[in-house]
Amino acid sequence: MKFIHYIEKIAGVDIYGLISLLIFVLFFTVMVTWVFRADKKKIKEMSEIPLH
Amino acid sequence: MQVEKFCYDNKIVKAFGYATVIFAIVGMLAGLWVAIQFYAPAASLNLAPTTFGRLRPLHTNAIIFAFVGNCIFTGVYYSLQRLCKTRMYSDKLSWFHFWGWQAIIAAAAITLLLGFTTGKEYAELEWPIDIAIAIVWIAFGINLFGTILKRREKHLYVAIWFYIATWVTVAMLHIVNSFEIPVTLFKSYSWYAGVQDALVQWWYGHNAVAFFLTTPILGLMYYFLPKAANRPVYSYRLSIIHFWALIFIYIWAGPHHLLYTSLPDWAQSLGTVFSIMLIAPSWGGMLNGLFTLRGAWDKVREDPVLKFMVVAITCYGMATFEGPMLSLKSVNAISHFTDWTIAHVHIGGLGWNGFMAFAMLYYLVPRMWGTNLYSKKLATNHFWLGTIGIILYAVPLYWAGFTQSLMWKSFTPEGQLKFQFLETVTNIIPMYITRSVGGALYLTGAVLMAYNLYKTVRQGEFIANEEAEAPPLIKEVKVKKEYWHRLLERKPVTMLVLSLIVVAIGGIIELVPTFLVKSNIPTIASVKPYTPLELQGRDIYVREGCYTCHSQMIRPFRDEVARYGEYSKAGEFVYDHPFQWGSKRTGPDLAREGGKYPDSWHYNHMYDPRSMSPGSIMPQYVWLLDNKLDTSSTASKIRAMKTLGVPYPDGYEKIANFELMKQADSIARNLKKDKIETPGDAEIVALIAYLQRIGRDIKAEEKTKTVMK
Repeated sequence: MKFIHYIEKIAGVDIYGLISLLIFVLFFTVMVTWVFRADKKKIKEMSEIPLH
Repeated sequence: MQVEKFCYDNKIVKAFGYATVIFAIVGMLAGLWVAIQFYAPAASLNLAPTTFGRLRPLHTNAIIFAFVGNCIFTGVYYSLQRLCKTRMYSDKLSWFHFWGWQAIIAAAAITLLLGFTTGKEYAELEWPIDIAIAIVWIAFGINLFGTILKRREKHLYVAIWFYIATWVTVAMLHIVNSFEIPVTLFKSYSWYAGVQDALVQWWYGHNAVAFFLTTPILGLMYYFLPKAANRPVYSYRLSIIHFWALIFIYIWAGPHHLLYTSLPDWAQSLGTVFSIMLIAPSWGGMLNGLFTLRGAWDKVREDPVLKFMVVAITCYGMATFEGPMLSLKSVNAISHFTDWTIAHVHIGGLGWNGFMAFAMLYYLVPRMWGTNLYSKKLATNHFWLGTIGIILYAVPLYWAGFTQSLMWKSFTPEGQLKFQFLETVTNIIPMYITRSVGGALYLTGAVLMAYNLYKTVRQGEFIANEEAEAPPLIKEVKVKKEYWHRLLERKPVTMLVLSLIVVAIGGIIELVPTFLVKSNIPTIASVKPYTPLELQGRDIYVREGCYTCHSQMIRPFRDEVARYGEYSKAGEFVYDHPFQWGSKRTGPDLAREGGKYPDSWHYNHMYDPRSMSPGSIMPQYVWLLDNKLDTSSTASKIRAMKTLGVPYPDGYEKIANFELMKQADSIARNLKKDKIETPGDAEIVALIAYLQRIGRDIKAEEKTKTVMK
């Protein structure tokens, strides 16, 4: 009995992995780009919200 | 611009805060009690409700959902109002949430001690309580989002994102994991069986740690740490990356609880990969917390609040470093099923959750009562008692786990197992004793805190409605060039949906394939449904929480196969609603228990384990000998199992009790041969029937046949 081949039995299973990886990478790239390009003043303002 | 005047609701914060302190002590007392039972089995009092198998779920549930749960709500209700510059959306909902949650805790305490349990770790509560949890959680959600929507602050501070992610993910986890078919008012069977049940359970279990014990507490950290240190968080940018990376990756890591089990290999590897990745956001968060204190370490020396936070965040870092390590297969092969795991979770529980809760309470109480903390010195003593308590708790257990695992795996030069299972247990009893001393110190610290807070409350005057003012939020004319994330930060509902998508992706990818291939799970022709008596016996096994000490999962290791027998196969568990693989071996594995000992051995062993294996630390189960088996539920249990797809013949429920008595009488006759007189309808007979069945099916056929359905 082998359990390693389950996933291969789903038709077009590669799409699961591809889509999820793609979403992950895209989301991440966009987020990190935004984070580093964001306006310093805005970031500072947001980080001080709890102190007001 | 006209400033608006309004009041923050401190009363609800006070109520949740009191509940936090009370359940901290209750939960820790239960923990200490079960810890003592490890070396003094008589501490079970030979009563069903106070025996380890029922008390341990009470301890874990009390700590997670009562202590940490109330701590989360205390912090959320305090910080959310201030971060949004508004009162909570609805006082009525706040109080419904408060009393609803406390009622759930009370119901949980009673039902768990009575033995009403689903048998799934950290989700033991039965279906009526599951429904109540869903209702109260939704009320909390409406209140949470209502408040966010009527805020006077443009931006959603990062703490609020963590609250949103917590709410949405816990809702999803709770609902998916709680699919169960009710049999009676307080008995249900998990919708899933065997491998699938295990996968869903640990997807839930792991993410309960992630989204109940981690993300909300991180939210609290991002609010209370800057407050206490009076400076903004080290890097707000890092906190954004921390948030998205953490929720994205955490949801995938569940299968690392099932390494080397019968779970499909791909799912195990998926869990490992994501667990390793998890170290990045976790440490990003830890460093963000610790660096916030840069240049302010002189304050840490003075302020007990910051002291607790520093150790809490450090423990978070240690636990999240250790987690990925434990999910490496080679490390897991040593750590799994031992006390190592228990040490690991207590670094998180005692260090991270406990100390963050204490820090928050020491911060909140003086402020809400308009006074200073009654005694800084007492708080500092609490800090040291707690810290030493954690060390005394964890170090012996790491040692115990490592030692025991190596002993399990030792062979003599002749190729025989070097140690009996029991020897590996008695060898680590000194460590169990030290652990309970550590726990007792930690509890003493918590009691000191309760006294200190009580005195603080007495010397101050409670500010039920704290006045505040802020300009209203005016709708801005849209500036064209805006970055999407900043837009997102102002849109809590979009945030909610996006968080849900992010966590759902992980869940779906992980769970769906196993379900789609349900028909492909290699079934083993000789694996048959349980007989009615065995089914009843299995429910007793679940009721008494046997899974808290015994696994039913033989991993494919040389020592485990030598000690217990043929390793476990996925196809053996297809009728197990719920699965009972367990997560800790205080006693030996039971996956091949059937037929190992005569019936009379089990009878005597349940009556007094030490009469059969001297030195055993298993509690006595004397009541099983006297309790009469409730056979009125047999028919409905068979019906429920049939609904779940267990292939009993048509109309079997009608003759089930007849079959049950037939098998019971034969066991009773068997016992009589060994001079044991027992009525056939005693609970012990059903339990013996089940124990004698476990893992036998594939022994029946020498050559197992794999059938692809």
